[in-house]
Amino acid sequence: MNFGVVIFPGSNCDVDCFYVLRDVLKVNVDYIWHEDRDISKYDCIFLPGGFSYGDYLRTGAIARFSPVMDEICEFAEKGKLVIGICNGFQILTEAGLLPGALRRNKTLKFICDNVEIIVENNQTPFTRLYEKGKKISLPIAHGEGNYYVDENTLEELKKNNQIVFKYVEDVNGSTDRVAGVCNKKGNVLGMMPHPERASEKILGNSDGLILFKSILDYLLSR
Amino acid sequence: MENNIWEAFGLSKEEYQKIKEILGREPNTVELGMFGVMWSEHCSYKNSKPVLKLFPTKGDRVIQGPGENAGIVDIGDGLAVAMKIESHNHPSAIEPYQGAATGVGGIVRDIFAMGARPIALLDSLRFGDLEDEKVKYLFSGVVAGIAGYGNCIGIPTVGGEVYFNSSYNGNPLVNAMCIGLIEHGKIRKGRAEGVGNPVMVVGASTGRDGIGGASFASEELSEKSEEKRPAVQVGDPFMEKLLLEACMEIFETDYVVGIQDLGAAGLTSALSETASRADSGIEIDVSLVPRREEGMTPYEVMLSESQERMLLIVKKGKEEEVKKIFRKWGLSASVIGFVTDDGMLRVKDNGKIVAEIPAKALAENAPVYYREYRKPQYMDELSFLDLNEIPVPEDMNKVLLKLFSSPNLCSRKWIYRQYDYMVRTDTIVVPGGDASVLRVKGTKKGIAVTTDCNSRYCYLNPFVGGQIAVAEAARNIVATGAKPLAITDGLNFGNPEKPEIFWQFREAVLGISDACEKLGIPVVSGNVSFYNETEGKAIYPTPIIGMVGLIEDIDRVVTHYFKDEGDIVVLIGENKEELGASEYLSVIYGLEKGKVPGIDLNNEKVIQEFLLKCVEGNLIKSCHDVSDGGLAIALAECSFAKNLGIEIDINSDIRQDAILFGESQSRFIITIEPEKLNLLEKLIKTNKIPYSILGKVKGTDIIIRINGVTKINLAVNQIKKIWEGTLECFVG
Repeated sequence: MNFGVVIFPGSNCDVDCFYVLRDVLKVNVDYIWHEDRDISKYDCIFLPGGFSYGDYLRTGAIARFSPVMDEICEFAEKGKLVIGICNGFQILTEAGLLPGALRRNKTLKFICDNVEIIVENNQTPFTRLYEKGKKISLPIAHGEGNYYVDENTLEELKKNNQIVFKYVEDVNGSTDRVAGVCNKKGNVLGMMPHPERASEKILGNSDGLILFKSILDYLLSR
Repeated sequence: MENNIWEAFGLSKEEYQKIKEILGREPNTVELGMFGVMWSEHCSYKNSKPVLKLFPTKGDRVIQGPGENAGIVDIGDGLAVAMKIESHNHPSAIEPYQGAATGVGGIVRDIFAMGARPIALLDSLRFGDLEDEKVKYLFSGVVAGIAGYGNCIGIPTVGGEVYFNSSYNGNPLVNAMCIGLIEHGKIRKGRAEGVGNPVMVVGASTGRDGIGGASFASEELSEKSEEKRPAVQVGDPFMEKLLLEACMEIFETDYVVGIQDLGAAGLTSALSETASRADSGIEIDVSLVPRREEGMTPYEVMLSESQERMLLIVKKGKEEEVKKIFRKWGLSASVIGFVTDDGMLRVKDNGKIVAEIPAKALAENAPVYYREYRKPQYMDELSFLDLNEIPVPEDMNKVLLKLFSSPNLCSRKWIYRQYDYMVRTDTIVVPGGDASVLRVKGTKKGIAVTTDCNSRYCYLNPFVGGQIAVAEAARNIVATGAKPLAITDGLNFGNPEKPEIFWQFREAVLGISDACEKLGIPVVSGNVSFYNETEGKAIYPTPIIGMVGLIEDIDRVVTHYFKDEGDIVVLIGENKEELGASEYLSVIYGLEKGKVPGIDLNNEKVIQEFLLKCVEGNLIKSCHDVSDGGLAIALAECSFAKNLGIEIDINSDIRQDAILFGESQSRFIITIEPEKLNLLEKLIKTNKIPYSILGKVKGTDIIIRINGVTKINLAVNQIKKIWEGTLECFVG
């Protein structure tokens, strides 16, 4: 079982994801440089948070042209697991792997806080160990987390059970309080909250660790 | 040449004469520009040097004291912490977003120039009266600038402080502090060693931004300061992130001989300082410096303060390997010259010499001024306060709520919610407590960090104010269970050419030094910012103390808030009748006067050591230091996090407002399980610690009785709502 964490120029949370995978869960994990082309050995790839390319132009808009993204699109097509957290989520929407877009928070300010999240869908490889409807607490840290989809797409997301996480309260203006969505097949997840920041007791919160463990559980059960 | 050409470069006639003596000829314009910035107060410390020598800088744990890009202290097991604070006041007064942003960028470069991985940022801020529209603009802009830069480079902003006082109306203070983590063997120095070694400039290309920034920072602000807007640099945090990662990667190799940040005075400063430290010389050709604009003159290239650049001195023959690493990160790395042995900084432009100055003359031999100092007249006037003329308020509930709705005592969440304080997942104690604590991954260690300074105290008595700033910072560190290790100081004052200002400066440094000696905490780095005046009026003296502490076992970390109902609340220290200089007097009576609270540093030390023993023995469940706003404010602050009330009984014959809101020093509020109270009291008695049992954690109301009469009775939620909402009410 091999995990990969992509480093784009400007990634910040690459080290945090890597730490949880290697040091907390003790699984095989490598960094993947954004120019790498061979990602065939991996079972699950993380697109971490940060400010890829400084978030210049638009969040994720430049990173999605990184050479590795072509490979990741194919990788996802094959049904392998891709998870984008925060900036990673923004890149996934820009790359067209997930629907919707992430706009500036309605307050127009960066928000760093712990917020309550509801697990809407526990039938994905990323959430199978969560209880459906359970309230968990996860950190957010973003200036552009205001998820937008039009009404038709929202209906479709609901119908296909693609809304994976929702904020309990409206924190950033997201449509229908959406905090995380997956693709139709359920093998690509994007979320604004940071599970890697809530995966150890010493950090006062390990609600995020269940997400990592769900992935392990899924990969082991195949 | 014109008669008063030196003035345009911020130099005096005498300084111009000295330059002529050094060169043995008239300087040309490039050379004058180089001297102008290097001999500015900002770069040379020509006014402050003799006083700064008073700081104790030695200690068992000091690996690098003042003089390098940052100070370094040992934290054991082969690890060390690099630390430095720096001001960016003048740029922030003109252009708050970019001023603050580049302040962050500059201090981060200082840390990784030492080879250390930056792990945390703190910001100590001062603004004028928050009712003022311009102040709101400056405040919001500065916070956004810090957030914009710090968040993007992925270094958590974990702490700091902000205070508002009309003395900062035209001249806000923005002091950014960074700490980094490093292994002992990997420390880098800013030294140009090895004759023939190539000198490279890496990172961003050089533009016309920030030319003369250092000189700008060394004069008072006036209406004309707006014209200096081009002297404010523009930051690119993405570029800095790339530069940081590329440098960390290159530090894993042995290619780098020396490294220095290009900050104030740009290439001029970095080249002359690295050569000077190594007793070598450097020759460069400005035509080799990558530019972002066409037609730049050698003068502009040498003085540009374009951000996100570093100077590297690398091993001869390794230039290509170095370039390869920077190319990987999309950055340019260009050889611009080489190290020589003649002690000269020689600047060529396409082979033609345009400046030739002894490196030491620029970096070390600026004239030193022993400024006159005189005790200001206001001191005696303001120290007098007749408490009999100040009535004790009837309704203490009202007073408490009013204090929490003032900008200086309310929650800072509106600010730190805009900062990513969690990235890198090391922040164990988040902003909002006494000090923030970061874990050191792979060890059990934790690093506590804080900044502190009460400038009203420093205005009314700079010596005692300086002592208290150190003691209070140490209290913040100790309250988390960490032992104070070292200080970096950000000394912000008015115009040092005025004897009264210089007196404030000198007294504050004496007070800080005294506290450092008595508490055993050395100063390892720092920054001086003078000329913080607008239209001739100086800010309150503000010597900010940035402090780092160490806790060996992260599981022992203590937080400030109450944990469980039934726990006993104990006051360590004594309530005295000290209302002078208090936040209470300022907010309720509009008085900024009186005697600053007294401090006995020997007593302080005993109390702090006692608390560390309690933490080590796992005795206490919460610990909060009592500071601005006094005991009642501190008690309420402990209640908010878990919405836990208290029932407190105090018996005392001093004024009741002094009990509740006086700011007597050396006090902590701790809570303890009832079963452990005997043990605690035994320990207290052996160590002869002044204390009183105040009451217990109970319910969801804050109830404080004095001599049996209820003085405060409010729901925690009611106070919390006001405390949390105040800043937003002001700035939205």
